[in-house]
Amino acid sequence: MKTVEEIRRDFPILSLKVNGRPLVYLDNAASSQKPIQVLNAYCRFCESRYANVHRGVHTLAETATGDYEEARKTLADLVQADARGVVFTRGTTESINLVAQSYGRKFIKHGQAILMTPMEHHANLVPWQVLARAVGAELRFWPLNQDGTLDMVEGRKLLDARVAMVAMAHVSNVLGTINPVREIVEMAHRVGAKVLIDGAQAAPHMPVNLTEIGADFYAFSGHKMCGSTGIGVLYGRPEILEDMDPFMTGGEMIREVWLDHATWNEIPHKFEAGTPPITEAISIAAAARYLSDIGLDWIHAHDTMLTAQAWEKLAAEPGVTLYGPAGERGALVTFNVAGVHPHDLAALLDRDGIAIRAGHHCAQPLHRWLGVQATARASFYLYNTPEEVDALLEGVRAAKKVLQLV
Amino acid sequence: MSDIYGEILLDHYRLPRNKGRLEHPTLSVEGVNPLCGDELTLDLEFDGQRLKDIRFSGKGCAISVASASMLTEALKGKTVEEIERWIGVFREFIRTGRAPDGVELGDLLALEGISKLPVRVKCATLPWSALEEAIGRFRG
Repeated sequence: MKTVEEIRRDFPILSLKVNGRPLVYLDNAASSQKPIQVLNAYCRFCESRYANVHRGVHTLAETATGDYEEARKTLADLVQADARGVVFTRGTTESINLVAQSYGRKFIKHGQAILMTPMEHHANLVPWQVLARAVGAELRFWPLNQDGTLDMVEGRKLLDARVAMVAMAHVSNVLGTINPVREIVEMAHRVGAKVLIDGAQAAPHMPVNLTEIGADFYAFSGHKMCGSTGIGVLYGRPEILEDMDPFMTGGEMIREVWLDHATWNEIPHKFEAGTPPITEAISIAAAARYLSDIGLDWIHAHDTMLTAQAWEKLAAEPGVTLYGPAGERGALVTFNVAGVHPHDLAALLDRDGIAIRAGHHCAQPLHRWLGVQATARASFYLYNTPEEVDALLEGVRAAKKVLQLV
Repeated sequence: MSDIYGEILLDHYRLPRNKGRLEHPTLSVEGVNPLCGDELTLDLEFDGQRLKDIRFSGKGCAISVASASMLTEALKGKTVEEIERWIGVFREFIRTGRAPDGVELGDLLALEGISKLPVRVKCATLPWSALEEAIGRFRG
């Protein structure tokens, strides 16, 4: 078992100095840093195994195709799912758009409803708005309790036989709420609705067992789990993917092409038009192996420990408002400091080498619900330490002093 | 990062000049910073071609509030033509980080470091973009 110090040594960027101070990277919910194991896997693949996949019959075409399909298997294992249901996309956003277009346009009908929550990232809201407008579907929103958890009593009432799709985050990127997705899936299936879970903030941080959760679709991104940008996963239940039309069309996704029509390749290739993100697939697979070696259970426990410390310390600080549930939560704390604009806070923390996110975090409707325009968010990962939580708190105090609020 | 949070900027943030609304504005314009959702309203009262009074309201970060405060201070009493010249000067200043030759920027010089902070440029220019829209509308 690696210590946190050993884990930190795996990440070259963590030895960086920013503005003369050691980097304290607390913007992991936006994107995570990459360990040397992932960087090396990428380099080795490019140096000795790279070619296009599913096309050539030469040696490198075979090794690259083998590695690419092995990557798919690795990702399927990470979330305990059937590899035939694992589609490589550009990221969570593309995964959700794929479902909204390929499933939604074909199967969601006029007068049916799409049920979401007010805590969705724009990526799990806007694609459904566009679809609803195109097919004449209704948008419904599962109400929230005051603490940012789902109101299970009121929400249940919205889940009737007209609901065709439930789309919701596994973990909120602002509130940190961990939604009871397994229970939601059960409830949704009882009324015949399909379920898409946005797992962008969950899959990198906790064990996800899709066989157990039972979701019809589950989406996540490589760059938030120590992999590269430009790749993500859409898991879809194979029997549903079979019935869906392609999202994009072109090479690789076809079986036979005539001048006036074409037939589709088998799943999951039917959804991977053109040359896929091959090197990125190698990178996300290396990341999945790295995280699995350390253990998602350990990562979740480590995140939880840091998040609890940050919550407790910030809650005790005068003028700080925290958002979301106080108890079990994802690996982040979102807050505001009275009189300090989140962008000023982030900029002042940056002077001390501390990176946090400020703004609306691609969740404007949620910020309207919270009654604020913007918030500050510190988000943690396997390489963060209690000392960095202390540095955050010191930075918050210093910012108040600079703006002369204390 | 160069230290944008200097004393002059912080002074304008803590004690903004010309903050509030005008009772009888000739026109009012709103500006929104898409980065953070900050909203700012400018009220302008003209006496002929001269800006007799100007106030700003809304919530924002230290940079956008200070920039708005400095804007009102620099332009109150100026003619429309002078204001248009100032808009050009300010844009040039924010882009290059240098005042054009022969121009006295006064407190606005506190925004010198902004040109090196591309993300925050929008905060500094928010009130100026609103002003530009106001002048456009005034010109009809």
